[in-house]
Amino acid sequence: MDFLNPVLNGFSVVLEPMNLLYCLIGVVIGMLIGVLPGLGPAATIAILLPLTYSVEPVTAIIMLAGIFYGAQYGGTITSVLLRLPGEASSVVTVFDGYQMARQGKAGTALGLAAIGSFIGGTAAIIGLTFLAPVVAGFALDFGPAEYSALALLGILLVATISGGSKAKALIAAAVGLLLATVGRDVFTGESRFTFGSLQLADGIDFVPIAMGLFGLGEILYNLEERHRAAKAPSKVSNVWPSKSDLKYASGAISRGSVLGFFLGILPGGGATIASMASYAMEKKRAKQPERFGKGAPEGVAGPETANNAAATSSFIPLLTLGIPANATMALMFGALLIQGVTPGPQLVEQNPDLFWGVVNSMYIGNILLLIMSLPLVGIFVRILRVRAAILAPITALITLLGAYTINNSMFDVTLVVFFGVLGYLMKKFGFEPGPLVLAFVLGELLESSLRRSLLVFGGDPTGFFTRPISATLLLVFLLVAVLPGVRSMITKRKGTTAAAESAGNGTNQNIKEKV
Amino acid sequence: MAGGKGGSSALPAGGDAPSGYKEDLPEALTPEELAAQWEEEKPPAAGPLANAASSLVVLAVGIGALVLSFAMGLGTPEKPQPGLWPFLTSCVMVALALFQLVWGRHNRDAEKFTRMSFAPLTGLVTLAAMVALMPLIGFEIPSLILCIIWMKFLGSETWRSTLLVSAIVVAAFYGIFVLALGTSIPHLF
Repeated sequence: MDFLNPVLNGFSVVLEPMNLLYCLIGVVIGMLIGVLPGLGPAATIAILLPLTYSVEPVTAIIMLAGIFYGAQYGGTITSVLLRLPGEASSVVTVFDGYQMARQGKAGTALGLAAIGSFIGGTAAIIGLTFLAPVVAGFALDFGPAEYSALALLGILLVATISGGSKAKALIAAAVGLLLATVGRDVFTGESRFTFGSLQLADGIDFVPIAMGLFGLGEILYNLEERHRAAKAPSKVSNVWPSKSDLKYASGAISRGSVLGFFLGILPGGGATIASMASYAMEKKRAKQPERFGKGAPEGVAGPETANNAAATSSFIPLLTLGIPANATMALMFGALLIQGVTPGPQLVEQNPDLFWGVVNSMYIGNILLLIMSLPLVGIFVRILRVRAAILAPITALITLLGAYTINNSMFDVTLVVFFGVLGYLMKKFGFEPGPLVLAFVLGELLESSLRRSLLVFGGDPTGFFTRPISATLLLVFLLVAVLPGVRSMITKRKGTTAAAESAGNGTNQNIKEKV
Repeated sequence: MAGGKGGSSALPAGGDAPSGYKEDLPEALTPEELAAQWEEEKPPAAGPLANAASSLVVLAVGIGALVLSFAMGLGTPEKPQPGLWPFLTSCVMVALALFQLVWGRHNRDAEKFTRMSFAPLTGLVTLAAMVALMPLIGFEIPSLILCIIWMKFLGSETWRSTLLVSAIVVAAFYGIFVLALGTSIPHLF
């Protein structure tokens, strides 16, 4: 029972009326912004980060969990109704979800997605409750050497798993690492890359970078996008799925929960892979696979369950190791740091109220999402009817004014605009902003643990290979770094087979590139 | 990429023309067709020149960082100076930029700048103007102008709805940020 006590205490924290209220506000605002075409969870959380500044840590994190779930579901709504996935993990929802909407069953699709998300998310939280303390206990022995290896591996995985060119993603990561060095060097106190600017002396804040790259960059990019051509969605009625739909979906939901949970723990776009894997699995298992792509309910329920389960279980590496598994988690990491909370193995032990508060707030976020989304879907659909031309300046202004309120400084606003331009140009030239933000967040940890471990090893880099865990992690790092090169060399030698393969992968690639 | 496959027949009328929602258009059905359609809707890919340009920018930044971090002093692995870590990072960056310059020339992941790209440029100008003007004359007038430009000229709304909505938006922001939250955002009134 000892183990469960802090868990239950966490519930009492979450169930305080104030915290519940903030969770509710988070879900609603998250959905409101997340439902805007083109703005996925990462953009939504980035834009809304200033909201969490003025409240105390636990409340802020509970609100963030709410925003996170709301934004996720907002993306689902646009996938089903407008065929515009908010992020990569809801791309496959489009296949059957949009078809269902065309058949007048948009409500059913959204209802199934909500129920699936709820079950998948809840199952993943239960898994997290039991697995997280174990992982954290294991990680307590990690020293600087392990952390450097882990951070390196995390950055590399996120860069390689993201769609598009690997070299470009790695360049983005390198830029992030460099940006993290701006300011005072923690070891020697010397200023780096500040160019005499006092405002840069303390380093660049995470929030303007995230708000610029994910928020404003996305808004600018959408200005030239063709989203204006999106059709107004039809009416949504009957969100409660019928019995036969539920029968079709129930298997998909339970399989999606398990699949999503395990794929989500892996670093690098867990939710995206989980949703695709679940779609493929459901199609393979189905008695009439030809129904898929024509409005099969399990084609919505499975992926939506899996991506939510994966999104939830990707909190495990963040909360127990302090290593965010993807861009959205990097944002959560940044938000936690702002609140003075350093996610890592010590968190469970030293700050159980907060740790379990965070975990349990996910239950509440999930439940609120279910309660909110089913009856209120109609209202969110109405937001979709507001034209993008009107929504774009509003979100841009929210971003700018929000950025000002963080430190009451125009410098932050200027930074947001600067990084907004950078984000737009990166998207134009095929560089993903995700690895940059992730590397920026991990940069300081990586540098300081690298330098600390070199001190321990007396300046001998081979020391990393004398410790079993860091050696294993570095081996995996090398494998991941070298393997794609080797593979492309082999395919090149085979010549024509490469073309055939790329045609086969074309669909997947296109889908990834879309977002 | 596998673009164009079945695209032209399955593609709904593009552009801003309001296309009917009902069955008057044969829509893409399978995921493959949908992917092909997205590929069609994507702006044209940029050529090798754009790829080379972006690689050169990265290269320049990398070399700049390399020089600056070298100037900070590298030290030795057991006694590193502040420049060592940025030096390593910029080395990686330079290497990747060179790789990208040589082998990434024919990547198709960059987008061409088209006539549509004037919209984000205009947007950027208004944002920059807002940043410059906000400390001087408060946020209300720049916000109003930004809204009007974005709605009327970038979004081709009617004058009536542009002016009405812009006024409401600025009033709402005033209400939220100044009256309700009491933030210190520079304001005129």
